[in-house]
Amino acid sequence: MSNFSLSRWLGIVIKEFTQLRRDRLTFGMIVGIPLLQLILFGFAINSDPKHLPTAVVMHDTGPFSRAWVAAMENSDYFRIVGTAASDADATALLARGEVQFVVSFPRDFNRDLVRGLRPQLLVEADATDPTVAGGAISVLNQLGQRVFTPDLPGAQRPPGAAPGRVDLRVHRRYNPESKTAYNIVPGLLGVILTMTMVLMTGLAMTRERERGTFENLLSTPATAFEVMTGKIVPYIVIGLIQVTLVLLAARGIFHVPMRGSVLLLYALVLLFICANLAIGITFSSIARNQLQAMQLTFFFFLPSILLSGFMFPFRGMPEWAQAVGNLLPLTHFLIMVRGVMLKGLGLDMLWSQVGAITAFILAVLAVGIKTFRRTMD
Amino acid sequence: MAKDTPLAIDVRGLNKHFGARHVVRDLALQVREGEIFGFLGPNGSGKTTSIRMICGLLTPDSGAGSCLGLDVMRESREIKRQVGYMTQRFSLWEDLTIAENLDFVARMFGMPDRREAVTRALADLGLEGRRNQLAGTLSGGWKQRLALAACLLHNPRLLLLDEPTAGVDPKARRDFWEEIHRLSAAGITVLVSTHYMDEAERCHRLAYLAYGQMLASGTGDEIIAGQRLSTWAIEGGDAPGLSEALRALDGVEQVASFGTRLHASGQDAARLTASLNAFCAERHLQSEPVAPSLEDAFIHLMRTSTDPDA
Repeated sequence: MSNFSLSRWLGIVIKEFTQLRRDRLTFGMIVGIPLLQLILFGFAINSDPKHLPTAVVMHDTGPFSRAWVAAMENSDYFRIVGTAASDADATALLARGEVQFVVSFPRDFNRDLVRGLRPQLLVEADATDPTVAGGAISVLNQLGQRVFTPDLPGAQRPPGAAPGRVDLRVHRRYNPESKTAYNIVPGLLGVILTMTMVLMTGLAMTRERERGTFENLLSTPATAFEVMTGKIVPYIVIGLIQVTLVLLAARGIFHVPMRGSVLLLYALVLLFICANLAIGITFSSIARNQLQAMQLTFFFFLPSILLSGFMFPFRGMPEWAQAVGNLLPLTHFLIMVRGVMLKGLGLDMLWSQVGAITAFILAVLAVGIKTFRRTMD
Repeated sequence: MAKDTPLAIDVRGLNKHFGARHVVRDLALQVREGEIFGFLGPNGSGKTTSIRMICGLLTPDSGAGSCLGLDVMRESREIKRQVGYMTQRFSLWEDLTIAENLDFVARMFGMPDRREAVTRALADLGLEGRRNQLAGTLSGGWKQRLALAACLLHNPRLLLLDEPTAGVDPKARRDFWEEIHRLSAAGITVLVSTHYMDEAERCHRLAYLAYGQMLASGTGDEIIAGQRLSTWAIEGGDAPGLSEALRALDGVEQVASFGTRLHASGQDAARLTASLNAFCAERHLQSEPVAPSLEDAFIHLMRTSTDPDA
């Protein structure tokens, strides 16, 4: 190390810092990303979600039914969002993902309870994401042990530890074996598409600009629309190939069911791909080089996986985080892809998701085309 | 070139701002059909921006005029079809082969007989044997020839060449200019920007730009005459300190070296002659009055131009 020159070495360090400072976007990311992520994800992520939306079907509105409902709410794990008139309505709520649980009190529940007949209490859980329902279901089991004990007539009170007064039946709908793969594999479809589509379109455009070939393209009569769409189509094809690969693996390796229409799934995938390409193009017109395009992609990708309900339960997040998550197309895509594959939903159940993604595309394109036009000039 | 030849480019009052910088100021330019017109000026003088506005790549902030009979403000797409633009930096796709690059450009211009055009271009280049070589692996001179071939592919009527010979060896440069003259003879108008004096001398007419303004235009002789310079050549120009001593003399405005000779120039011929005669007699130097060269004229233009914003 006898040749080491401190001033020379310092020169290199200073030059590096100066260049870093000039690259404002990178600098912003270095400072902004950790802060933003710490705040965003530190507060938002919660793997033991509470206050899960629950619907009640009351075929018997007696005092014990109401006591049970009150006990559920008091446990903090359930938030009663409403009463469904019929079992069919309740199932629809569950399918659309509006509620996580449906509790059905059968006719004569109160009478049978008093008589010690152990009436059935049916709890249907949306188990597409097994981790969400886990904590709440174990709480339900405890409720069954003690809720009614103080209210029952003396004769009905058991001397020691009581076996359940009710016959609690929990149905884990859509994923009865609580397989995580059922939830993760369809979710990965969205994550993989987000990653590759945004990154590849972002790079495709900035690469041309960085190498100077964009100028050549502009000197030809090609229009902005031709350039933009022409550069996108190959990535749509790549996206569809990726989807096919993931679906084949889901089927062949993970045995994830495909309860809905494959055609519908591809149509929804196409919509989702469009949303990601729109983001990619907008990034490519903002970023000045490929590195910046890459950073912007990660800036978008991280909240997408963390706040969309892919990695952590969406319902476990505070409301503001859910609001952020609701802006992201991945959040809605996850609901759609899990809905189609696991619940067998049709398009009629998914309009609100389709609408949200379409709105996202339009909003992003409005910004993207504007900045893109400017770069063409 | 006859005075009544129709104009390929005829623009007036073109302006372009980039943010707060006024990069092109009231550019007025007339280029006749079939002419080789040279754009000269220091780096950042607005040459590239001017070329881009003429070929429809940039929309001028204000101004009016026509290029190949088409309106520069409104018909930029039509102009692009008939113009071949060679960028300053090699801008073909390095990860495509030579043939793929030509084929892509032919498609962009919607050429009906694409295959034949590409084959012909490859034959003219003498690159049939290397058609499947990646463009990025070509040497500088070959890249330049390929770029020229690519912008001639769609038979443009106007060629815009932005410093086409930067970083190219002298032999390739000479070949390039012979090609330019052949194209000009075939009726193609050429607007070329350059920093090389020998290239400037090969142009039919020239314009000199500085700080976004056109300071002089005309034939080389007209530009030289316009500067009203008197120039003396002094032998022994490699002597140390000589050029500084000359520059300090009364009446000498600029000194430039040409090999072993120095050119001392000034606009006041009488003062220049008087002080040079005295100086050369004292130092026993040989000197003689010569016609100012184009380079003397450009040095004068460069020296006297000032930034209107500064």
